[in-house]
Amino acid sequence: MIEYIKGYLSSGTTPGEAGNLFWATVYILLVIAGVSVAVLCMNWLERKILAHMQIRLGPMRVGPHGLLQPFADALKLLIKEDIIPHDADKLVFWSAPVVVTMTAFTTFLVVPFGRTHAVTDMNIGVLFMLGVSSLGVLGIIMAGWSSNSHYPLMGSLRSSAQMVSYEIAMGLAIVSAVLMTSLQTGTGTLSMIGIVESQASQHTWFIFKFFPLGFLAFAVFAIAMVAETNRAPFDLPEAESELVAGFHTEYSGFRWSLFFLAEYSAMLAVSSIAVTLWLGGWMRPFPNLLGGPTWDMAFSFLPALTFFVLAAGCFLGTIRMPKIPQFRIQTIGLGTFGALLGFVGLVLLVPAVSVRIQDIYWFVVKVAFFMYLYIWYRGTFPRYRFDQLMKVGWKVLLPTGLGVLIATALWGLMPQLSAALTGVLQ
Amino acid sequence: MNPVATPFFFYFLAITAIVSAIAVITRRNPVHAALSLIVTLLSLAGFYLMLYAPFVAAVQIVLYAGGIMVLFLFVIMLVNLEQNIREYQFNKQWIVATIAALALGGLLAFVYRTGRGVFPSAFYQSYRGLEGDNTQQIGIWLYGNYMLPFEIASLLLLVAIVGAVVMAKKRI
Repeated sequence: MIEYIKGYLSSGTTPGEAGNLFWATVYILLVIAGVSVAVLCMNWLERKILAHMQIRLGPMRVGPHGLLQPFADALKLLIKEDIIPHDADKLVFWSAPVVVTMTAFTTFLVVPFGRTHAVTDMNIGVLFMLGVSSLGVLGIIMAGWSSNSHYPLMGSLRSSAQMVSYEIAMGLAIVSAVLMTSLQTGTGTLSMIGIVESQASQHTWFIFKFFPLGFLAFAVFAIAMVAETNRAPFDLPEAESELVAGFHTEYSGFRWSLFFLAEYSAMLAVSSIAVTLWLGGWMRPFPNLLGGPTWDMAFSFLPALTFFVLAAGCFLGTIRMPKIPQFRIQTIGLGTFGALLGFVGLVLLVPAVSVRIQDIYWFVVKVAFFMYLYIWYRGTFPRYRFDQLMKVGWKVLLPTGLGVLIATALWGLMPQLSAALTGVLQ
Repeated sequence: MNPVATPFFFYFLAITAIVSAIAVITRRNPVHAALSLIVTLLSLAGFYLMLYAPFVAAVQIVLYAGGIMVLFLFVIMLVNLEQNIREYQFNKQWIVATIAALALGGLLAFVYRTGRGVFPSAFYQSYRGLEGDNTQQIGIWLYGNYMLPFEIASLLLLVAIVGAVVMAKKRI
């Protein structure tokens, strides 16, 4: 048994490839826990950042700077009354949030947080993620229809129309990135790990490859993915000024929180597709410009440094806390949290840990950048009207995606084409 | 890597597929029927995975379950359901339908009896090696040997798209 568990650690592959059930289960549990924690953090960060963008304070009451607000919200949602409308289609109403959550979490099976840090590596990785996340829209449609109410139905109609039209542009952008993987070896790959490895062997992230083609494909994907996840400025399915809350109007309590969880984990999932395909996945930035062991060393301190900065922020907050008895518990709590973060930073300084954690750190940092973009969009862009949404999808993104795909194929064939041309001319 | 619990997954998927397929034709509510059809399609995708054809499985999920069925549901939701449920469900073609179903079943049984040798036990031993590059193999065959049929099929789809646009628009 212990041999079985230890055997995987030296294999240098993902548990799925090694066929190790124990580690696969551990990884699955870790991914689910990690995604849930990330959703909690996103909840707090989104409210805080949005508030600061609008010159407000945001949540301040529950814990220092509202740090405990997500937990309070989760508790509130758990103990709220669970209402199923009388005329709702019970079975479908019940299964809709389950479908949405399951699909959102299943996509993380193939997300490569590092060369060995993925549950498994599939030959069809990207397709699998696209397919499973496109099943999520079924849950939204089921929710909207089964509520037997006008606003949810309108919301889910909008959602399905939007998803079907933006999926095409998204697919075209992905295909042009997959084409790039075939440049050196002759055969491309759809496996997420394979895509990152081909970026490593070509010594460039695909966003910089064939400039501006890689960047254009990335831009098409970055726009389409916001629409795919029903976020502002494409949040027509839940436009609160028109449709109350869109497809989840009739949901309350825990079922509603499942929709919330699924929405945020779907955002994380599409962001990790973007990171894997165009931003070099788990690779650290500037491997060419700032190469060599010295720079590797310097970059390996960054994970610990991040935690030290966070800890320093906490300690600063502890010092600035009002010195009155009512705030004593908050002060102690914040200090303990800071100490915890500092301890994690210290653990990350241990060479054995920092070597293994680096991949995950860079992947998470890149995904976090996309999550910040999501919040930023929400804070700055007004919502699209439905005809504008369709226009952007079909008349701008789709032709751009097609053009980029053709141009990428031609550019990739350039050596063969020019050889053929010179052959003809001579 | 050896497959895990193959008989269990086979019977699990088979039962799911059959039960949901029966639900497709017996449910009175068209939305329920469509949802059951999605379950059938997903379990078929599971079968493709078991047959070492991951690409076909993924395409089955992306196209059928994710794309076509979404459009189906989209249309069904716009139809007046209350009237549909009250109406008599079966038209008078059940004799023809029974004969067609029996003929298809007979064909399947015949193929199973005569072609036993080429079915799974012999089949997947030899195809094992291809699982890793299933997608690449399909790509090479589609754009190599079967280039012309592939292009004809895409032309057919293009005609269908143009036809739909022509019929939907009053003025072009």
